[in-house]
Amino acid sequence: MTKEQIKDTILKIIAQIIPDEDLSNLKGDIPIREQVDLDSMDFLDIIMELRKRYGIEVPEDDYIHLATLDSSAAYLEPRMREL
Amino acid sequence: MRHDRLKDTRSEYDVIVIGGGLAGLTCANMLARGGHSVLLLEQHYNLGGLATWFKRKGHIFDIALHGFPVGMIKTCRKYWSPEIANMIVQLKGIRFDNPQFSFTTTYDREDFTHILEQRFKIPRENIEGFFDTARNMNFYDDQGMTTREFFEKFFPGRDDVHRMLMESITYANGSTLDDTAITYGIVFSNFMSKGVYTVRGGTDQFIGKMREELLKNGVDIQTKCLVEKILIKDRKVAGVIAKSGGKCHYHIKSKAVVSNGNLLSTIHKLVGDENFSESFVTEAKRVRLNNSSCQVYIGIKKGEKIDYIGDLLFTSEAEKFDPQELCSKNTTSRTFSIYYPQTRPGSDMYTIVASSNANYDDWANLSEGEYRASKEDLIQRTLDALEKYVPKIRDKIDYLEAATPKTFQRYTLHLSGAAFGTKFEGLKVSMGLPKEIPGLFHTGSVGIIMSGWLGAANYGVIVAHNVDKFLSAGVRNV
Repeated sequence: MTKEQIKDTILKIIAQIIPDEDLSNLKGDIPIREQVDLDSMDFLDIIMELRKRYGIEVPEDDYIHLATLDSSAAYLEPRMREL
Repeated sequence: MRHDRLKDTRSEYDVIVIGGGLAGLTCANMLARGGHSVLLLEQHYNLGGLATWFKRKGHIFDIALHGFPVGMIKTCRKYWSPEIANMIVQLKGIRFDNPQFSFTTTYDREDFTHILEQRFKIPRENIEGFFDTARNMNFYDDQGMTTREFFEKFFPGRDDVHRMLMESITYANGSTLDDTAITYGIVFSNFMSKGVYTVRGGTDQFIGKMREELLKNGVDIQTKCLVEKILIKDRKVAGVIAKSGGKCHYHIKSKAVVSNGNLLSTIHKLVGDENFSESFVTEAKRVRLNNSSCQVYIGIKKGEKIDYIGDLLFTSEAEKFDPQELCSKNTTSRTFSIYYPQTRPGSDMYTIVASSNANYDDWANLSEGEYRASKEDLIQRTLDALEKYVPKIRDKIDYLEAATPKTFQRYTLHLSGAAFGTKFEGLKVSMGLPKEIPGLFHTGSVGIIMSGWLGAANYGVIVAHNVDKFLSAGVRNV
């Protein structure tokens, strides 16, 4: 996957978790949780979904890298490149 | 020991969940959805843990206090099904009545702000400061501040305001002024976001639907099956020994075990101290249990009606908020949950459940005669208090029963009949189990924030996430 595809994947996961939120104007460089109503349980759902769909394990210490869409793509790209 | 198989179960599972409280059920459901084989064992004949019910004389009595935050809708939608989430409705009439104040509220930030400003004459900025601070509290914050100090900061010397903010939460989760402020802030803010919610259809239908969902997702469920021991082999979880139908003991293997039993009995009884490091056992021994409860179940005769007097009534005759009075055997502080026919659409029956907090020790060592007399006294004092809200209540009743801390202990097997799990320090011990023994997990009411219907269900999800991580790592290492 390219970084753009990774961002798209994350957006699809988020859309599934919070279906009532409008994600069309989400900015890549601003923390996701500042833009939409995404609580800590929702965030955990993203982590679980990444494991379930792609077998990717994000350790707790690295959660901070998933704050924005851009930083998520940068963090996940080395591990999702081959997918 | 017999090694034949429990009916309709396999000899081995990925995960065995011990206990079908809301945390255990939600954890089992998430793990099954994630593709793991799951066996759920419950010692009682009903699932639900304290979120349970019983039927007598045409009445259905709901046990758990019927009020949780709006977040339960989202939790049910995400981790159960839209159908279960759609059963949740708002309770709009929350009533307080005690010598210091009396009013009805929707129990949300907007209405509380109005009441604090108009009735208690609190400056707007203190109210805003209080709500904002509470809402921004999280688990990682300073744990040194108590709830008392938190209240004092924004409402100094106002014990009436402290009571308004604390008393209902004390009924909801047993926490009080000396507990860590963050536990209060997190739970209180959850309620204040949109008020108090309940299940339309009753606990029986709610848990019934969860059971269907579990079966649909492939969970094997065994009720009336008591787990006696969690098996540890080579310092790892190996399975459980369970007893079902009298004397038959069954040995069931698993890669992981999630205990939804009481945290302390899980450590000391089910696993055994010898399997843990000394420092862990020492830390576990410092964990304080929360208090227990008493309840009085009041069935209204068919054909009788009760005028609408509110859904949840927090009542007390105590002059001031006093945590000791609240748990004492002769407390005048109690919550009335009024179940109108619309609770169970199609029914024309009314029931009332009165709940109070209680100490196990006050009830545990009575002679049989004293115990029976104390129960009767509890019932009569409760009816005296209810008379104020429902005149001639005694003429309308056709069923009366009471539960004490001993009753709670008997049905849930929780040590000392603990109704709200443990105090804050229990969370760290609960989360620390898998580091001590790979494959061993605990979920359920701990640490106050993980208690109540919403807290327990969410903690079930968090633990399912950890179990899934553990099992997935095992697969990768093969």
